[in-house]
Amino acid sequence: MTAITRSDVEHLARLARLDLSEEELDHYAGQLDVILQSVARVSEVAADDIPPTSHPIPMENVFREDVARPGLDRDIVAAGAPAWEDDRFRVPRILDEE
Amino acid sequence: MSTVSTDHDTMKYDDVMAVFEPVIGLETHVELGTNSKMFCSCPTAFGAEPNTQVCPVCLGMPGSLPVVNRMAVESTIRMGLALNCSIAPWCRFARKNYFYPDMPKDYQISQYDEPLCFDGYLDVLVDTDDGPRLFRVEIERVHMEEDTGKLTHAGGATGRIHGADYSLVDYNRAGIPLIEIVTKPIAGTGALAPAVAKAYVTELRDLMRSLEVSDVRMEEGSLRCDVNVSLNRPGDEWGTRSETKNVNSLRSVERAVHSEIERQGALLESGGRVIQETRHFHEDTGRSTSGRSKEQAEDYRYFPEPDLVPVAASAEWIEELRGTLPELPSLKRARLQLEWGIGEHELATIVNAGALELVESAVAAGVTPDAARKWWTGELLRVANDREVELADLPVTSAQIRRVEALVADGSLNDKLARQVFDGIISGEGDVDDVIAGRGLAIVSDDSSLIAAIDEALAAQPDVADKIRGGKVQAAGAIVGAVMKATRGQADAAKVRALLLERLGVVE
Repeated sequence: MTAITRSDVEHLARLARLDLSEEELDHYAGQLDVILQSVARVSEVAADDIPPTSHPIPMENVFREDVARPGLDRDIVAAGAPAWEDDRFRVPRILDEE
Repeated sequence: MSTVSTDHDTMKYDDVMAVFEPVIGLETHVELGTNSKMFCSCPTAFGAEPNTQVCPVCLGMPGSLPVVNRMAVESTIRMGLALNCSIAPWCRFARKNYFYPDMPKDYQISQYDEPLCFDGYLDVLVDTDDGPRLFRVEIERVHMEEDTGKLTHAGGATGRIHGADYSLVDYNRAGIPLIEIVTKPIAGTGALAPAVAKAYVTELRDLMRSLEVSDVRMEEGSLRCDVNVSLNRPGDEWGTRSETKNVNSLRSVERAVHSEIERQGALLESGGRVIQETRHFHEDTGRSTSGRSKEQAEDYRYFPEPDLVPVAASAEWIEELRGTLPELPSLKRARLQLEWGIGEHELATIVNAGALELVESAVAAGVTPDAARKWWTGELLRVANDREVELADLPVTSAQIRRVEALVADGSLNDKLARQVFDGIISGEGDVDDVIAGRGLAIVSDDSSLIAAIDEALAAQPDVADKIRGGKVQAAGAIVGAVMKATRGQADAAKVRALLLERLGVVE
């Protein structure tokens, strides 16, 4: 059966920028393994004539006309920012981990 | 990597080509010219104050939902049709997950294994020493996605991302519709690889402008290229490729392919190995530096975008859009070649200089095709290359070329003076007549001052004068040359010659 390893979880955590402790890595590896096994059981049942579902509502072609409307007032935008400088969002240094 | 100077050896291009064959590939991102963003109604105007064209959707606020811009889908389908692609009868958007502050949602909505358009081609004309050659560039896919926000790196010594203390983000650009056009690997170009790459991007740009899906202002970053290059020895399998990002002008596309071929050539010849990596191109040096090693596609954990329903393009819709396609550039070129009465070689010269639209607009403004072609692919191209700018960015208008040509035609200017006029215009000395007045460029057409100069030259070279009188008309060149020099080129040489012979009573 599918088995998710501890190093898989470590890799995924890094991609998701999650800082997991050693205990948490073990904990989640076990939990995620259960989920993967459940999904694998569904795959066993699904036959070739059953298309995978990606959306619960059978709709297509929902579009908006190309008309521009003003966005948010910048004061409101700034109010939602953890840090703001020079009319821009201020974010921590980016390449730290490399 | 804190330095942008070369971090690698290079090998001479011709030497590399004697040993290796290149395979190239191009991924081109173009911002569509829609009024509103891809998934929300925010305006897309360039140059707005930071963070004034944003809303909960493009800021990635919880609970906000995207809705697809119909015009963006139609533009992509039209582009796909113009690139001879098949249009997917049913396709979905995909979520590309990555953590980087240029996307506030922490994912970008893109397309993954179900692109809207696929399997097309674009024919490009490349001028070679043996005449123009047609290359068919095969298109792998054309898909829709959204642009990212703009980062400014603050603090640190260089203003670059490396060594920055923190970054500032403007999300006005986040969510602007992008199409990504990906070629299949282009092999068999040999040493022409850089020229083919440039010709392809030029053709793509012209195609998008003619379709009016984008005005493709490269200086505003609305077209960006990633250039893949690999080398292999003839008969061997294709080599490992690198991907050079940040290639944002037609000139740079050519330079990036050229310099990457030199870099890989040196590496392979010295027994090294090319690693699959992302490299960053630097406009100033024309070289690239190594970036982070490429993330694997699976690291993006793509999955079908749950907030959007599929796009199902019906045959009727596709045909309706096909009906809106304008005259395509390849057909237009054939027409213009006939209208202008020029050969394939001349046409290829114009196209490769990126001057087709400029010549066309000059002709529309009343300049003769010959003159328009002569200036744009001659002197003006030379100046653009000297100044390292795009031809279209030179501040020279069709009206100015028409005025200069009129002055040449009525004898007020010769070609040499006309070149000076353009130099003055480009240097910001004003319009045609301002430059002529400012630099005192008018041709000396006043007979008496020309005759005075002729007499002076004859007096200085009496032996030549005697030869001409004795019937050796070909000796006149020395006197004409002296007069042209004395008038600092501001005389009509043919007129000087005629006056000289008349003065000496010699009949030709």
